[in-house]
Amino acid sequence: MTNLFNYIDRPSPIHRLTGATKLVCLLLWSFASMVTYDTRILIFMPVVSFALFSVSKIRLKDVSFMLWATVVFMVLNNVMVFVFSPQHGVSLYGSRTVLFTIAGPYVVTAEQLFYHLNLVLKYLAAIPMVLLFVCTTNPSEFAASLNRIGVSYKISYSVALALRYIPDIQREYHDISQSQQARGIEMSKKESLVKRLKSASAILIPLIMSSMDRIEVISNAMELRGFGKNKKRTWYMARPFAKTDIAAMAVCALLLVAVICDAIVMGSRFYNPFV
Amino acid sequence: MNKKFSVKTIVAIGIGAALFFVCGRFVVIPSPVPNTNISIQYGVLGFMAAVFGPIAGLLTGLIGHTLIDLSWGWGVWWSWVIASGVFGLLMGLACWKFPISDGIFGGKQVAQFNIAQVICHVICWGVVAPVLDILIYSEPIEKLFAQGLMSGVANAVTTAIVGTLLCVAYAAAKPKKGSLTKED
Amino acid sequence: MKTPAITFDHFSWQYNAQMEPTLRDLNLTIYQGEKVLICGPSGCGKSTIAHCLNGLIPFSYRGEIQGSLTIFGKETKELSLFDVSKMVGTVLQDADGQFVGLTVAEDIAFALENDCVPQEDLFRRVKEVAGEVSIQNHLSHAPNELSGGQKQRVSLAGVMVDNVPILLFDEPLANLDPATGKQAIELIDDIQKRTGATVVIIEHRLEDVLHRDVDRVILMQEGQIVADLTPDELLSSDLLQRHGIREPLYITGLKHAGVAITADMAPHSIRTIRLSEADKAAVRRWFTTTPPAPESPEAPPLLEAGHITFAYPNGKEALSDVSVTVRKGEMLSIVGRNGAGKSTFSKVVCGFERQQQGSLRFNGQNLMELSIKERADHIGYVMQNPNQMISKVQIFDEVALGLVTRGVEEREIQERVEKALTICGLHPFRRWPVSALSFGQKKRVTIASILALDPEMIILDEPTAGQDFRHYTEIMEFLRSLNAQGVTVVMITHDMHLMLEYCHRAVVFADGKKIADSTSADVLTDPDVIERASLKETSLYDLALLCGIEDPKAFVQRFIDYDREVRSK
Ligand SMILES: Nc1ncnc2c1ncn2[C@@H]1O[C@H](COP(=O)(O)OP(=O)(O)OP(=O)(O)O)[C@@H](O)[C@H]1O
Ligand SMILES: Nc1ncnc2c1ncn2[C@@H]1O[C@H](COP(=O)(O)OP(=O)(O)OP(=O)(O)O)[C@@H](O)[C@H]1O
Ligand SMILES: [Mg+2]
Ligand SMILES: [Mg+2]
Repeated sequence: MTNLFNYIDRPSPIHRLTGATKLVCLLLWSFASMVTYDTRILIFMPVVSFALFSVSKIRLKDVSFMLWATVVFMVLNNVMVFVFSPQHGVSLYGSRTVLFTIAGPYVVTAEQLFYHLNLVLKYLAAIPMVLLFVCTTNPSEFAASLNRIGVSYKISYSVALALRYIPDIQREYHDISQSQQARGIEMSKKESLVKRLKSASAILIPLIMSSMDRIEVISNAMELRGFGKNKKRTWYMARPFAKTDIAAMAVCALLLVAVICDAIVMGSRFYNPFV
Repeated sequence: MNKKFSVKTIVAIGIGAALFFVCGRFVVIPSPVPNTNISIQYGVLGFMAAVFGPIAGLLTGLIGHTLIDLSWGWGVWWSWVIASGVFGLLMGLACWKFPISDGIFGGKQVAQFNIAQVICHVICWGVVAPVLDILIYSEPIEKLFAQGLMSGVANAVTTAIVGTLLCVAYAAAKPKKGSLTKED
Repeated sequence: MKTPAITFDHFSWQYNAQMEPTLRDLNLTIYQGEKVLICGPSGCGKSTIAHCLNGLIPFSYRGEIQGSLTIFGKETKELSLFDVSKMVGTVLQDADGQFVGLTVAEDIAFALENDCVPQEDLFRRVKEVAGEVSIQNHLSHAPNELSGGQKQRVSLAGVMVDNVPILLFDEPLANLDPATGKQAIELIDDIQKRTGATVVIIEHRLEDVLHRDVDRVILMQEGQIVADLTPDELLSSDLLQRHGIREPLYITGLKHAGVAITADMAPHSIRTIRLSEADKAAVRRWFTTTPPAPESPEAPPLLEAGHITFAYPNGKEALSDVSVTVRKGEMLSIVGRNGAGKSTFSKVVCGFERQQQGSLRFNGQNLMELSIKERADHIGYVMQNPNQMISKVQIFDEVALGLVTRGVEEREIQERVEKALTICGLHPFRRWPVSALSFGQKKRVTIASILALDPEMIILDEPTAGQDFRHYTEIMEFLRSLNAQGVTVVMITHDMHLMLEYCHRAVVFADGKKIADSTSADVLTDPDVIERASLKETSLYDLALLCGIEDPKAFVQRFIDYDREVRSK
């Protein structure tokens, strides 16, 4: 529970990059993966991210839980897309190559399958990078990094506070829910939805009230120690950029530029093999 | 309470995001449509926005939702993250004038709060999230709107129950000015 | 010539929500380099004074000030919160709220970061200060990996980095085990000696604070100062008794023996007190003439916990092979250092957590077959932190909650709730929202809400933390009267007085194991157990030695029996 975000401390070049660098890279990379539907680039991106995984010394079994969540999510999403719009590929790619028919409107076309392939590739391009970021970035460095890339230090500190108090609030939630059960508040699955929501509120009310008190205490404690006094602040956990940091950010920036150029040159975000 | 950007607002954003996270990550009630949970965090978000204002609402939603996505590992779903933030923002704007911190949250406010939250959910899940999804992922419109409708309705129900109860309880817990005296 | 550091001049403060001022016409001067203790019953306004000193009043709380408060000659209302915080460093009552960094090092650096101190200096200062409070080996630890005492050290370091001239502590001992509390007092004293800072301590536990010398004690009552004396003068007066503050046990012992306490005996510590031969003889005479209390027969077992082993999901083994038997009608205490597994044990008993191994029987029935709620019908559990139990806004509704969900009739609810509230001294507040109460008052609300349910056995986790002596006595006497009616009472406590006075038997935990199970007097006179469980020997033991009594253990036991009898009259 202390390590909800799965930070794994191992000596590797990726760990040595500053948090700010990794954050910038993640953002650039995510944008690139959002913009493009060019299958050639979409194949290249997952290959790179899995290669980086091995560089970072994070083994797949370290992130197996998260990978499973991803796979489930991906499969469900694809099924949903097919159920709601079996001909989406046809309208995107402008041709119709029927492979076989399941029933009614559910006709499987090459275009649709190709669209699904792209969808899967898009997840594979984006998600491993997020995992990599989570696993290799010390949560303590997170706030300093946000501040470094231009987010105001006050907002950055909100993020730090969220990370700091999640385990406390989680433990408190657990304790409260049990003490309320002891007093006769039922949470059983058999109850109706509205009833369950009401029971959930009975637990939430102490949690929220004590959180409101907590907000009071913490903001007092922070003000007493001078938070918010100056226009900026320094960070114990901040790290200066090294050459590798600049290089990493440059590479990711180039990727984004390349993706955008590619879309402009093709005249569309979609790579279309059917014409 | 002071609704400008004070230290208290910053702490409220941090704690609010942590609450949003815990409620969204550990208190989920499955719904019939996959990828979509009935989760009570929007009740909490509506409440925080009503108490601390639109900026706090926006940031609480953005940070809380990003952290949930990061911890599941299914990537950060930016369109939905933004929709959560927008919900906080709009609720903060709609409830900007509520005297909830002075201990007042009566029938009129309950009605206003709930009308506002239904409209905000419609905007967020019916417009913001699907449109962004179309732009970013080019997913089929039918699927996105079905998903949006489902979560919009579920969130509106939970906000109506959980959010309203929280606001009422919080207002009732605030002592009125000069009201406290011992009696035998 | 002493320079004044803090001066209250006809100072009054009224919270916006209150009808009456909480602080009334205070006149008080604290000089530079002094060490002052403020004590007084719960709710008398001690924390409110702390807020005035550190600037939260008037900059954060709303209300009205009359008169003046100056710190180093400057009127605080005319400064800003930041100016005041440069002069007064506060260690708050709530160590978790004060710990805002993700790790120890970041938290210590917090004040300096806000001052834009460059990073090299941050590293250097943090290391220095961490060394001063000996937490340097835990710099990269997260708060939930630290014990209560360690968190307290971090809080202290966090205000010390700023080199403030005045250090303010609001109930520094509240949740610490006795040995850690003793260390905290020693640490505060050492730091004051080294830095010459002015120190203000707010605390109920007079004897524990007086473990190291204090210049003056300010006694408060209902927002006013009723005494401002040296510890010696205070202890030789009857002010403590009159205002419901517990006097040190050796003083009570001497008084029982008929010895008159005077200021020139230096009574502020058992180490310094000077007793004449006649005084010592009086104590010996008292010991020999007081009859021992009759032994009570052994009752049948009520709760039998056998070989319980439990680990939290994160792999932390909090209980290993613990067997405890609680007998019917008993009053038992569970003691041990912070993190020893005491709260975990009660959670397992109440079904909040499920043990991996071991059996639980209640009245011969297997508890494992019962749900949390069913167990709660037999065993009431009052949790350590009252905020985690309170789910209703109004005090009355909170106490009634368990009865309402159990479908009790309305009239009976009314009756039982009123009774519980009266017992816990909350009747005058019954129409208040819970949020307007002090910590001690909230704790009493939670006790009342369990009492209203009439359980056969009740487990109280730190029932008296943050309670003043009068309420402590009221609650404990009430528990004892319940006990006399046949309710079995188990108390988890860090208060050695409580354990001595009220519990015949004590179970001692250390590192998830049971290390002793004996009479309270036995436990508290066994140096090995004291050391391992981080307890503290009682000053009565020292008194007995001082007076040349051969069997100090019997003396302690005799004192307890006698004192109980005197006080229940
Ligand atoms: N924020 C507040 N608003 C209104 N009343 C308050 C507030 N804080 C405290 N009070 C009231 O002021 C009185 C004194 O409270 P304070 O917290 O100073 O007591 P205390 O002496 O520190 O008690 P304890 O020993 O229990 O901590 C109490 O009656 C309490 O109800
Ligand atoms: N929910 C939890 N998850 C993981 N570890 C926990 C949890 N609760 C407690 N622990 C750990 O289990 C150990 C025993 O904790 P417990 O709260 O029972 O101690 P305690 O004896 O009650 O201490 P204290 O006197 O400080 O209240 C501690 O090391 C604590 O850190
Ligand atoms: Mg107090
Ligand atoms: Mg405990």
